[in-house]
Amino acid sequence: MSGHTSRQRADRPPRIISRDGRSPAIAATLLLVILLLLSPGQSSAVEPSEQLANPALEARARALSAGLRCLVCQNETIDESNASLAHDIRVLLRERLTAGDSDAAATRAIVDRYGDFVLLKPPVRPATYLLWFGPAAILLAGLGGSLVWVRRHTRGEPAPPQLTEAEQARLAEILRETDR
Amino acid sequence: MRRLLYLLPALLFAALAAYFGMALRPDYDPHELPSAILGKEAPAFVLPGLQGDGIARDALKGGPVVINFFASWCVPCRVEHPLLMRLAQKDGIRIYGIDYKDKPQDATKLLSQLGDPYRAIGLDSDGRTGLDFGVYGVPETYVLDKTGVVRKRFVGPLTVQQVEKELLPLLKTLGPS
Repeated sequence: MSGHTSRQRADRPPRIISRDGRSPAIAATLLLVILLLLSPGQSSAVEPSEQLANPALEARARALSAGLRCLVCQNETIDESNASLAHDIRVLLRERLTAGDSDAAATRAIVDRYGDFVLLKPPVRPATYLLWFGPAAILLAGLGGSLVWVRRHTRGEPAPPQLTEAEQARLAEILRETDR
Repeated sequence: MRRLLYLLPALLFAALAAYFGMALRPDYDPHELPSAILGKEAPAFVLPGLQGDGIARDALKGGPVVINFFASWCVPCRVEHPLLMRLAQKDGIRIYGIDYKDKPQDATKLLSQLGDPYRAIGLDSDGRTGLDFGVYGVPETYVLDKTGVVRKRFVGPLTVQQVEKELLPLLKTLGPS
């Protein structure tokens, strides 16, 4: 039975970086992170039968779809969502574009039916000022508050009192003593 | 003045607590959307009928109407169905049904099982009329006044509370059916 003086190997936690600088743990973690970052994102739900023949129009449709919310799932775009409602809205969008609508007019056709919430980027309106400017305003208020607090607590700190001649001489003597 | 500043965190907390309290009410559904056509005339539609005549928007004008989007594949629709029957039979409300993305024979089967509260039913097989109304799920119920303007939308199955507290009082203000 070993004494208490030496730590058992089982007690010590494993080193993350070995004594000669290697770290399989860090390497494996970095590899995993890189692979995850390279993995493909959301795939499109646009069916071949929906796609427009004109590639320019189809490209516009895809771009606009990426900014429209699927109202069934509410956190997917209509481009990504497999919901039947998303399909309907995609078809409506393409119809409007084919009919010659501008991007704004085609989007408006959908907003007219479903409201502002269908836009993934909410419009800047008095009702949404709090949403758009709130975080910046709170940040500024916080910074302002911190500034005021710091100023209040550093102002008026008295300078250390100057030493009289006698005290300076005494100080020099003490320093000389401790240097010896 | 500085004393009041010490109250600031408490005030901020109270504001946040009020905001969260509003969101925690039992009848609050954060996913529910307000209708984008409220206060506007309902979109025009002409739909073929399930049995007999279809329905058209303009033909419904002249008195307040309730339009109920339903489908045979929709479970909550079956849950609200008895309420619709009561509204049609006891309260005499003009209810019209729009069968959304459904097969006619399935709708017929549903109505023969549960009863038919509708004055007439329109078939919206491709969902185009639903799209124009801003329907994003079934069931949805719209209340139109006599000029065809959308006054209210109910999302999801009608509850007794909604009928008593919102639907019937609204219909009363809109005049006789």
